[in-house]
Amino acid sequence: MQKELLRMENIVKTFPGVKALNNAAITVHAGEVMGFMGENGAGKSTLMNVLGGVFPADSGEIYIEGKKVEINSIHESQALGVAFIHQELALEPYLTIAENIFLGREIKNSLGLVSKDKMAEAAKPFLERVGLTVDPNEYVGRLSIGQQQMVEIAKSFSLNAKILILDEPTSSLSEKEVDVLFDTVRDLKKQGMGIIFITHKMAEVFQLCDAVTIMRDGEFMGSRQSSECTDSELISLMVGRDLGNYYVRTYNEPGKVMMEVKNINAGKRAVDCSFQVRSGEILGFYGLVGAGRSELMKAIMGLDPMDSGEIFLNGEKIKEHNPMHMQKHGIALVPENRKTEGLLLNSSIKFNMTLAVLDKFIKKLVVNTKTEDEITDDGIEKLHIKTPSSLVNCSTLSGGNQQKVLLAKWLATNPKILILDEPTRGIDVGAKAEIYTIINNLAKQGLAIILISSEMPEVMNMSDRMIIMREGHIMGELRHDEYEQERILKYAMGVSNNE
Amino acid sequence: MNKKKSQSYVGRAVKDYFTQNWGILLGLLILCVIFSVFGNNFLTQKNILNLLRTCATNCFLAIGVQMAIILAGIDLTGGALAALSGVMTVAAFQWWGFPVQIAVILGVAIGAVIGLLNGVIIAYTGIHPFVVTLAMQSFCRGTAYLVANGSPVTAYGNAGFAKIGQGSLGPVPLPVVYMIIFLVLDYFFLNKTQTGRHIYAVGGNEVSARFSGINVKKIKILVWTISGTLAGFCGVVLASRLASGQPSTGEGYETDAIAAAVLGGTSFFGGTGSVGGLLIGVLIIGLISNGLNLMHVNSYWQYVLKGIIIIAAVYVDMVKQKKQNAAK
Repeated sequence: MQKELLRMENIVKTFPGVKALNNAAITVHAGEVMGFMGENGAGKSTLMNVLGGVFPADSGEIYIEGKKVEINSIHESQALGVAFIHQELALEPYLTIAENIFLGREIKNSLGLVSKDKMAEAAKPFLERVGLTVDPNEYVGRLSIGQQQMVEIAKSFSLNAKILILDEPTSSLSEKEVDVLFDTVRDLKKQGMGIIFITHKMAEVFQLCDAVTIMRDGEFMGSRQSSECTDSELISLMVGRDLGNYYVRTYNEPGKVMMEVKNINAGKRAVDCSFQVRSGEILGFYGLVGAGRSELMKAIMGLDPMDSGEIFLNGEKIKEHNPMHMQKHGIALVPENRKTEGLLLNSSIKFNMTLAVLDKFIKKLVVNTKTEDEITDDGIEKLHIKTPSSLVNCSTLSGGNQQKVLLAKWLATNPKILILDEPTRGIDVGAKAEIYTIINNLAKQGLAIILISSEMPEVMNMSDRMIIMREGHIMGELRHDEYEQERILKYAMGVSNNE
Repeated sequence: MNKKKSQSYVGRAVKDYFTQNWGILLGLLILCVIFSVFGNNFLTQKNILNLLRTCATNCFLAIGVQMAIILAGIDLTGGALAALSGVMTVAAFQWWGFPVQIAVILGVAIGAVIGLLNGVIIAYTGIHPFVVTLAMQSFCRGTAYLVANGSPVTAYGNAGFAKIGQGSLGPVPLPVVYMIIFLVLDYFFLNKTQTGRHIYAVGGNEVSARFSGINVKKIKILVWTISGTLAGFCGVVLASRLASGQPSTGEGYETDAIAAAVLGGTSFFGGTGSVGGLLIGVLIIGLISNGLNLMHVNSYWQYVLKGIIIIAAVYVDMVKQKKQNAAK
């Protein structure tokens, strides 16, 4: 075995209200590609952010080439030879490749002016190492995503990186580009670099990685040589979370079909998706981040373009397909991101809560303030929103209370079908339990509920039926009595369930 | 019981008005004090009515510009569009033989059409409103000069037309009457109609508005159309007051309108801005010109002062925003 490049041990990191990392660890050797796996929220990114210097750990040890180090900033991390290539590439599109590589460290000529020629010349050997045969004076915005990734890697060479972190690098690449990336990674390995390869794809682990480290709930679960393990073994390491006891769900016999969609296609985001949901039922949608669940729902709502497909509400086919019309038909989508998609943060609770139902209390030029107040007070009371008044700006509320305002806004429209996209993301445990109670009551009242979540325990505990998506496809559907963590994750990761 | 409740509602509204706008109200008051002490005849009925009349034309444009700013956009077409509309109106009845009433409607309609064009381009192409309305400003100014052959189109001897801008209702000049009517309509539109609230919603967070089922494109088109229509009307009033359609009129009016909106607390981040604040902003801008004239200060200083005021007002808005963000 080659010498050890990196060892992280006993890393602990707490965010307000959440223990994100608890006894996390990873070890990487020179010339090794270390796969890094775990479910959504297992703490992979948090651990890599600690290594990359985005934020420091609360406690724990980091050794680089056997020497104990402390990392307090991105700068320190780079100086130690760590390069973190994020999923969202961070290059300047209007600068050339060479300018990007030397950004902040520009090479100057004898007059003290930035020299494009010298930088282009200096960039060449780095580009050769990643096998990129593009003119260094080409603008980065003109390159494909795959090529841009190569530029990022070349940039890390110029910073003398020894440890390379790739965060789901294949998620937006074509198959050809993936091959090129893999070849490059194998080359880097030969050159003695240590590579941490974060991925959700089982096949990539066996194709590319020498070993794999697995995390669950912020903890190190184990490391395996990829030649000596099976995908089932890895999946069983990933699941087995504590299912918690704050879920509130009472089963009711589902009623008639409220919505049926057939063969929805929307680019690569949703491919040939069909499903139905009944009154009083909670239909869970699980998948790894980027599986296309939110995108499918947006297409159904008419928020994003839909290439083909049919939607039936209450047995009636929808002809006019736009958000306004869908809302009138009693379907409401509570979006995933309450800050960017959901609320007007600098407006009052009242303004937000009534925005979707203005026609209920504004008739011509007469505003019925009594009805307006009733709608607002009703929402605040029913959902237990903690606020001194309905006139305070939503930006001053906690995440949980913001989420409740968002929920109240859509409940005010009296929907028959309610789509909840990640309704408990980023809120504390107490607020979560309250939201679960609300969802359960709504189902009891006969609403058809679609619950999208990336937290498997949440979907398992709250839903009656579950659809699992992966890369825009519906991979499988399970009844509540068929729920099994390993089985669900196999669908979500595209591992065959026939073994 | 019921009456008492409505009184307390009005009382609360008045109180809110003062707490929200105390800063600029204080500024307004200080200006009034300075001008009545140092200016000649500031506090005479004649001067105050005169002051209000100059405020009126700015106010027509400012109402539209404020709506555009609430949408996190801008409208720079106003002054040039007013010139075009004025020229067209006078030309229509002086040269082309239309009855005055039709000519006036034509003038306002031109404003509406140009505004509609602005709105459609902004909503459908995604080009920034600054660019679209700046280009349209040049387009309107050029067309105004072309139609007028480069010189004013005179409208002497038409009493009916003259009345629009020069007449008065009792002691109150008609433009001031229009201003009051427009402000009241603006207030009801923005606060008491669905569409008005949708404007705030689109400006505050376009994505969220779309998720709420609001037709964002329609709102954008509507706002720029309203703004254009008001600019068209402004042009008619100006032409009537000057008894001619002048292609060079309205130069720099956009600046005054923007200054009034910004002074009145309309944020360039979008989503906020009140009609009450706008009124104070319009009054302050009018006061500066009027008061400095009375004090015999060189009129070029007015431009300098307005420039300083715009930056100061926007800076205050930024500080306010930052405080709000810090409170999160």
